[in-house]
Amino acid sequence: MSATAAFKPFSRPQMAQRAAADIPEGWYVNLGIGIPTMISDYVPMDREVIFHSENGVLGMGPAPEKDKIEPWLINAGKQYVTLRAGGSYCHHADSFSMIRGGHLDLCVLGAFQVADNGDIANWATSENDTAPAVGGAMDLAAGAKRLWVLMEHTTKDGTPKLVNACTYPLTAPGAVKRIYTNLATLDVTDRGFVVLGMAPGLTFETLQLHTEAKLHRPA
Amino acid sequence: MIDKIVQSMADLMAGIKDGAVVLLGGFGSVGQPNALIDGLIEQGATNLTVACNNAGAGHTGLARLMELGRVSRIVCSFPRSSDPVVFETLYRAGKIELEIVPQGTLAERMRAAGAGVPAFFTATGVGTKMAVGKEHREIGGRTYILEQALKGDVGLVEAWEADRWGNLTYKQAGRNFNPIVAMASALTLVQTQHIRELGAIDPDHVVTPGIFVDRVLHVPYGDPSGF
Repeated sequence: MSATAAFKPFSRPQMAQRAAADIPEGWYVNLGIGIPTMISDYVPMDREVIFHSENGVLGMGPAPEKDKIEPWLINAGKQYVTLRAGGSYCHHADSFSMIRGGHLDLCVLGAFQVADNGDIANWATSENDTAPAVGGAMDLAAGAKRLWVLMEHTTKDGTPKLVNACTYPLTAPGAVKRIYTNLATLDVTDRGFVVLGMAPGLTFETLQLHTEAKLHRPA
Repeated sequence: MIDKIVQSMADLMAGIKDGAVVLLGGFGSVGQPNALIDGLIEQGATNLTVACNNAGAGHTGLARLMELGRVSRIVCSFPRSSDPVVFETLYRAGKIELEIVPQGTLAERMRAAGAGVPAFFTATGVGTKMAVGKEHREIGGRTYILEQALKGDVGLVEAWEADRWGNLTYKQAGRNFNPIVAMASALTLVQTQHIRELGAIDPDHVVTPGIFVDRVLHVPYGDPSGF
């Protein structure tokens, strides 16, 4: 049966690695908290990609060695980071001007759901969330030149996250351009989801079984 | 002679009224003026509206101020933290009002207040719950919503260096909301790690010019991980 044929999903590091491979030198990039943060581990330092953090850090480098922690130098996930040569600090309104003013080439976020019109829901799982916490997600989704999503293809119980319409509260409408999951890479186009690549051994038909929205093959 | 440097926390906090809108610098504990929050706890003003990025962690600082029932309303982007028990408890009990604001909109609302801009249009939040009840306007083919400036009666700021005119520098990512809190507040109160002689801070390195600052207290507290 093709629906149960063996295939090997991508691991989280592999997902991050695939996204990292598609980021060219010279881009200014903001990485969301969670799996997207791992992307920077796979961009070599000699490919100069400049990482931005909402809390006013531009040119963020990798985590410091334990004895070289700077207590005032954290990222948006409140982890200690470093600043690479050429990096700079700014205040929050300037940092968000970089985001909202369309200066970032790319933002990569995690998500609960993405719809095939590019709608993204990634900040609250119900209309009555006890403590909604949006952070900078709406600014990033609305403001970056392009928005990619890095997430598992389904929830833990197998419910598709690539949907016809988001049922969770939206972060931004029509914002997502590309999605990297543990099963596939997809573009959001006028036709809907177009499959660019799949995990080894996976067929288009099987991928469709794990996806609520209709999938399309590249033109 | 202008001298904005005060010698005691009581002098720094003098005049904060019940019902005040208090803007707080800081992103998590980094750049957060913890000594000033403790000073505000001591000072006694209540029924406060507090605007800052987070809603406190543990049982100290902002969380303590809330736990004491002194904050009736919080305006923030991210009330979750490693230990948000105080906020969550008050919120579930209906004892604190929450206005959730996208982080960039929060920052821009402060900057706008400081710049004399009463409201502005932004694309952030369009098509989401944040847009409900707000004025929509199409400009150049894109839809925006109107957001109001957020002015503080009091602003609490953590600086790295200050002089007696109130010129400020910040340390690394400790800058965050502090410069915009300073410009958006009618009464800007600063805790600083270092006091410098007038003229000793390179004018090219001043981030917040003293015009935005009212009072400064020397608080050489160490680093943020100490809290």
